[in-house]
Amino acid sequence: MYVAVKGGERAIDNAHAWLAEERRGDKAVPELSVPQIREQMALAVNRVMAEGSLYDPDLAALAIKQARGDLIEAIFLIRAYRTTLPRFGGSNPIETETMTCDRRVSATFKDAPGGQVLGPTFDYTHRLLDFKLAADGDVDDAPLGTPHPDATPHIMSFLDQEDLIQSEPQGAETPADLTRTPLELPASRALRLQSLTRGDEGFILGMAYSTQRGYARNHAFVAELRIGAVAVEMDIPELGFAIEIGEITVTESETVNQFQGSKTQPPQFTRGYGLVFGMTERKAISMALVDRALRWKELGEDNVGAPAQDEEFVLYHSDNIQATGFLEHIKLPHYVDFQSELELIRKLRREAQENIMQEAAE
Amino acid sequence: MSDYNFAYLDEQTKRMIRRAILKGLAIPGYQVPFASREMPMPYGWGTGGVQVSAAVLTPDDTYKVIDQGADDTTNAVSIRRFFQKTAGVDVTEATSEASVIQTRHRIPEQDLRDDQILVYQVPIPEPLRFLEPSEVETRKMHSLEEYGLMHVKLYEDISQHGDIATAYAYPVKVEGRYVMDPSPIPKFDNPKLEMAGIQLFGAGREQRIYAIPPYTQVVSLDFDDYPFQPTKADHACDLCDATDSYLDELIVDDAGGRLFMCSDTDYCATRRKQGHIGAQGVPYGEDAA
Amino acid sequence: MQAQVLEGGFADVPVDASHAFRAVMTAMARPGEIFTISGAQPPAPLSPASGAVLLTLCDPETPLYLAASHDTPKVRDWITFHTGAPFVAAQNAMFAIGAWDDLPLSDFAIGTPEYPDRSATLIVERPTLSNTGATLRGPGIKNQAQLSLPKVQSFQDNAQLFPLGLDFIFTSGDRLAALPRTTKVT
Repeated sequence: MYVAVKGGERAIDNAHAWLAEERRGDKAVPELSVPQIREQMALAVNRVMAEGSLYDPDLAALAIKQARGDLIEAIFLIRAYRTTLPRFGGSNPIETETMTCDRRVSATFKDAPGGQVLGPTFDYTHRLLDFKLAADGDVDDAPLGTPHPDATPHIMSFLDQEDLIQSEPQGAETPADLTRTPLELPASRALRLQSLTRGDEGFILGMAYSTQRGYARNHAFVAELRIGAVAVEMDIPELGFAIEIGEITVTESETVNQFQGSKTQPPQFTRGYGLVFGMTERKAISMALVDRALRWKELGEDNVGAPAQDEEFVLYHSDNIQATGFLEHIKLPHYVDFQSELELIRKLRREAQENIMQEAAE
Repeated sequence: MSDYNFAYLDEQTKRMIRRAILKGLAIPGYQVPFASREMPMPYGWGTGGVQVSAAVLTPDDTYKVIDQGADDTTNAVSIRRFFQKTAGVDVTEATSEASVIQTRHRIPEQDLRDDQILVYQVPIPEPLRFLEPSEVETRKMHSLEEYGLMHVKLYEDISQHGDIATAYAYPVKVEGRYVMDPSPIPKFDNPKLEMAGIQLFGAGREQRIYAIPPYTQVVSLDFDDYPFQPTKADHACDLCDATDSYLDELIVDDAGGRLFMCSDTDYCATRRKQGHIGAQGVPYGEDAA
Repeated sequence: MQAQVLEGGFADVPVDASHAFRAVMTAMARPGEIFTISGAQPPAPLSPASGAVLLTLCDPETPLYLAASHDTPKVRDWITFHTGAPFVAAQNAMFAIGAWDDLPLSDFAIGTPEYPDRSATLIVERPTLSNTGATLRGPGIKNQAQLSLPKVQSFQDNAQLFPLGLDFIFTSGDRLAALPRTTKVT
């Protein structure tokens, strides 16, 4: 006698209770607070904001806590929350030239107006585990410098003055919104950049790295990397002017790439661009490289068949929420499809066996 | 749950989905792009079906969710609870009592009526995807009605295996025009695609919605000398003795003993209530579950 | 703004819209069958049925063509206030509303071979609606159906365009029926 297994409802409830307990961990250890995560795991918070496409450090920190530190799960929580928010309108484009830079480096000019500002970077830390941190996280205050009150002009603007770099005039039209309209190919550069900025850091990094190693090689100089706070302004129709609605920290990366030219046009450098929420420079530089690789068609380059040149491949596979969902869905029941394959393979084997027997008999 | 709108989605999103559903019904089998939203459940777990259900449900509906034909599989439970919570709809496990049924991988055994709506969860809506990975190319093929690649694939199966080696997600042609993926239902279910109910297909991650209106011609692709054959395990259900239902195969002991039971749990339970008992079954109500 | 403009929308938007959509969807899925639809009280000459269809499907993302028969300030204000749909020329319209004779059929988008869904849906206001007259066959219809259509030839021409073509919703009072491009009319 066989009694069918039931109990999906109970299994789910129990799993959730167990998960909550695991999330909390050993209760003898003090619980993490959301401000602690926000302040002390800021780069994780930044990644969640960037790929979650929602600038809210507190919510990102909460999501990280709820997700037990699984950043893709945290990004998912933020995305799902984000879709339920009403839209009041679009902001004006942010002016990164007016950024209060925490960090600003150029690999192309030794010095330039605004200077090189190393900022709070891991770059020249020796990657030695600091065992002192295990016991005591107290730090001395860092020395203070003189703030730089003026706007920091973009390095690119100096190349632009000389007409050495391909110009990128500001368009008048509002670009489509990737989260409100289905992606259609070929995609505009604005849409590609939207997709890249919220794309998975690891995927974009891998794509960028592949271009450096020769798959659509396009040597990039980091003309400028800047990180800092910029004001967000929005036009209020009732007022007739724009007001500042807040301030966000972003990372902007502009690359200068090998030049282009033809019989009719003198050679010019070309650009790659990356802009990402928060302090996220690995992502922003990667984004600029992939952006440049995807521009092969408009710049009249050859498609060498490299993955990073394939717009459809990059855009359809860069979103980690789509990817992880579909990947993990294969653990859901597939009894029915598998059963149909079982029957088919048994039938095919049976028929093949009969053929072999028949041939042997003949 | 007052924090969220009725059936979770905001009204503007629902209107966008509703417009896509109408165009889907007007062009049977054609995949309408829609701006799929991130749902509070993972892509690949029914977000397309859930968005379609959210756009279709009214507070008066009675909702049923099945996964692999069963109401009590965990993902079915999860989706059913979601709409119980966000839409306050009545839920049921009885096919005949449901006005909207969301399904993953099966069509209920019992014929649907013309006042019922079947919503499918679709992982990969493009029937040509595994033959041509590029969306740009497949869209062109559909526009030109260029389906030779699919026939070549099926024919190659025959020359290699002596049979068409597609057992589920078996491609169909709708109303003589669009080749369509019926979602990963076993090909046993294909003949049921011609039905009285309205069929809506939602692919969330892939951002596509498509539809089959009632009484629409749906033909499984085949060849004159290799006609389409719906198949199932050559057994009767061990619990209810049905011989006309699709069966799950269970491994019941260490020696690899097998048991076959209806994948459609409501169909099986209904038959057992009516007194049918399979070879390894017990009378209804005498089992603990 | 006049009170009449502000009134006449759905009282309970999510619920009223869900019922209205069920009627529209079932009508589109079962061409020729007549359904009642309620919840809207738009200013004349908009019928309650077409008002409900507009509230259910239209918003700032759906350019709308308003035929001369329905182009009054009150109707414009009501549609703008309740849906925000921009008024456009027939060529750019996703939806159109008006009397049959005032709809320039050949001007509307019929979709493209790659995107046949990018075609207009016409909401046609009718004095009456009944299951008499033209015979309908095709998807959604068990054997055949009958519907009082304005002009058979237009729908025959439209069906010839399949998979491109226009889709129609007919309204009269609080009733509606639909006719997608797949329906063969004789």
